[in-house]
Amino acid sequence: MNKADSISPRPGRGAVRRLAVLAAFVLTVFAGAAKAADKPLVGWPEKPELTFGFIKLTDMAPLAIAYEKGYFEDEGLYVSLEAQANWKVLLDGVVDGQLDGAHMLAGQPLAATIGFGTKAHIITAFSMDLNGNGITVANSVWAEMKKNIEHRDGKPVHPISASALKPVVQAYRKRGERFKMGMVFPVSTHNYELRYWLAAGGIHPGYYAPHKGDTSGQLQAEALLSVTPPPQMPATLEAGTIHGYCVGEPWNQQAVFKGVGVPVITDYEIWKNNPEKVFGVSEAWAEKYPNTHARVVKALIRAAKWLDENDNANRAEAVRILAQSEYVGADEAVIANSMTGTFEYEKGDERPIPDFNVFFRHNATYPYYSDAIWYLTQMRRWGQIAEQKSDDWYMQTARDVYRPDVYALAARALIQEGKMTASDFPDFDSEDGFKPPQSEFIDGMTYNGREPNAYLKQFDIGLKGDQRL
Amino acid sequence: MISISQQTWLQPWIKLARGEQPAEQLRALTKTLLVPLAGVAVFLVLWAVAAGQINTSLGAFPGPVDVWQQGGALLEEHAAERREEDAFYERQRERNAQRQAVDPSYQPRIFPYTGSATFIDQILTSLMTVTAGFVLASLLAIPLGILIGLSRTLYRAFNPVIQLLKPVSPLAWLPLVTMVVSAVYVSQDPLVPKSFITSMVTVMLCCLWPTVINTAVGVASVDNDLNNVSRVLRLGWLTHVRTIVLPSAIPMMFAGLRTSLGIAWMVLIAAEMLAQSPGLGKFVWDQFQNGSSDSLSRIMVAVITIGAIGFLLDRLMLAVQSLVSWDKSADLR
Repeated sequence: MNKADSISPRPGRGAVRRLAVLAAFVLTVFAGAAKAADKPLVGWPEKPELTFGFIKLTDMAPLAIAYEKGYFEDEGLYVSLEAQANWKVLLDGVVDGQLDGAHMLAGQPLAATIGFGTKAHIITAFSMDLNGNGITVANSVWAEMKKNIEHRDGKPVHPISASALKPVVQAYRKRGERFKMGMVFPVSTHNYELRYWLAAGGIHPGYYAPHKGDTSGQLQAEALLSVTPPPQMPATLEAGTIHGYCVGEPWNQQAVFKGVGVPVITDYEIWKNNPEKVFGVSEAWAEKYPNTHARVVKALIRAAKWLDENDNANRAEAVRILAQSEYVGADEAVIANSMTGTFEYEKGDERPIPDFNVFFRHNATYPYYSDAIWYLTQMRRWGQIAEQKSDDWYMQTARDVYRPDVYALAARALIQEGKMTASDFPDFDSEDGFKPPQSEFIDGMTYNGREPNAYLKQFDIGLKGDQRL
Repeated sequence: MISISQQTWLQPWIKLARGEQPAEQLRALTKTLLVPLAGVAVFLVLWAVAAGQINTSLGAFPGPVDVWQQGGALLEEHAAERREEDAFYERQRERNAQRQAVDPSYQPRIFPYTGSATFIDQILTSLMTVTAGFVLASLLAIPLGILIGLSRTLYRAFNPVIQLLKPVSPLAWLPLVTMVVSAVYVSQDPLVPKSFITSMVTVMLCCLWPTVINTAVGVASVDNDLNNVSRVLRLGWLTHVRTIVLPSAIPMMFAGLRTSLGIAWMVLIAAEMLAQSPGLGKFVWDQFQNGSSDSLSRIMVAVITIGAIGFLLDRLMLAVQSLVSWDKSADLR
């Protein structure tokens, strides 16, 4: 550089140099930003080899589809799916680490976290499906119930209220016999739906009194409810040990096929689009393997979307997969009904219920706090939660167990990868986890997730306020 | 070799192949082959007729044709699963290659196949478990039997305990064994799964006793002349056992071993069914839980397989016995 340049810098050359520096700076910033945009939201999985448990029910479908369609492998996860004998064994497996996660009843993570039954902090970031259950009664009970049901064009008018069952239960009690019904687990959705239906018809399903050591759930009961594993229900009904049950598919259709019972109502008619199963993991596991957890949720979201895609166009293939021995194993024809939108009540009485199993529509996979709180209110209603709790307690417990933050991370990662679009999901910036008040219950009550105590006060049968047994 | 291992049913075929006395051999074959086959045929016909009459809630009771079809279906499923496994490893290799291209520091790992066990896999698992349990039981039972057979005092000491433990059902042992194995066998990454150990120990506990008792009786009833010879020659204790006691106790010992093996196989299936441990027992239970229209047929396939394997194991023990026994002319059944 000669002296002339340094003493009198010519604007042209200096400006070019400054412009070059500025351009280089801007390019670096953009390149950096571009690199940051390419960096995946979820890192590689910490634990690629996983074992998940499930119970043989059609709504384990998202797990089976995520495996068969390679969605787990796309996320770098090598998953073994193991059928469990019953819900207790499944929960114990997750708690003691033999299973990394499992297909769980929506009430199980909540009950485990609050300490009803085995105490363990279980969380969920993925709701597996909506609806999918039915209540079936024995042939003899149906014969009696029919007399109390209004018929139109020779067919019973649906939805059938439990008030048609009330005279039958009273007849049993007058004879000195106990009217027994089965459900799958004390904190199962089936238990709460069955109790809701019975109470709405004026039949008392019994209270729990864990503070007194009574966990039978049969205090002051007119109908006695007890636990049976789902695959054994049709056999138990046939044997006469129980007179009815509430269970998920295919075990209601199986009863019709084998001629041992008659389904009277589906949970779609008890509470339209009610949350059913969730994918549960232990909180410690989720803390230790956050990337793995997010990737599992990503794979499950894709599987759920596939199941509902194109107006349920893929359901036939899903049925074929589920009929395999290692998944549900029941006959294709038995599984097909409910998965493809029909439900057979009495033999020959088939009615369309397109939303019997919903896996992705209506934001079925989002873990709503209001869903968690509904289950907590039912636990309180029937005494599993022995004391009155404040509305805040309900909110806080829901926040401890349901993790929409992990769901949002997984969803955003899928959007970034281009596998799904933002319109598939709720608006994460404005979603607060509470659905607006819902009234599509069989008894017409309104449920507002923000006011659980006020909700409980509406019912005739059930604990409310500060009642304590 | 054939006559030594007492597989006399092979002899006519071998002689026919060599061209020795064809008429004789054909007559022998009619006796040994056609008559049993006729018996089996009659059984199949009776089964088919009876099956058609019984209707269960899971469909008609399976007849021979259904069972044959399901057997074929199970073999096909096994073949399909093996193809799936190959595809699985192929996909892994591709994925590893892709990731290495993007991230050269990545250490590729091949993860084991995640598919479920097929019918053939379950058969192999059960065979391995029963062999392990039986060998373990024999290793314990034979020395114990020899000891208590040789010494009256030890016999009187151990006998009450043996008689007490002998009738205990495997299903009663299973919960205890499960709890103990869970407590003792703790390892983050076990070489052998807990369920295998549980099944093996349960099998061992139940099939120990016939071998112990029969060995003891065999050892105690050595011919007096032989004992006298040993005393005259002043044989050392170990030599006495090795050359005099063991060879004459072999028939009784093997009778015990054969019974033990039969019991081991039966116990294993029951234990697997109850504990849901991998194997044929689990296969049967899973099929029952599924409740599909194929379930009963598949359970029958499993039943026939269990019977066939039990039969083969027994014949195997018989062959081993005749190889080891010093009295080659003894007629073994």
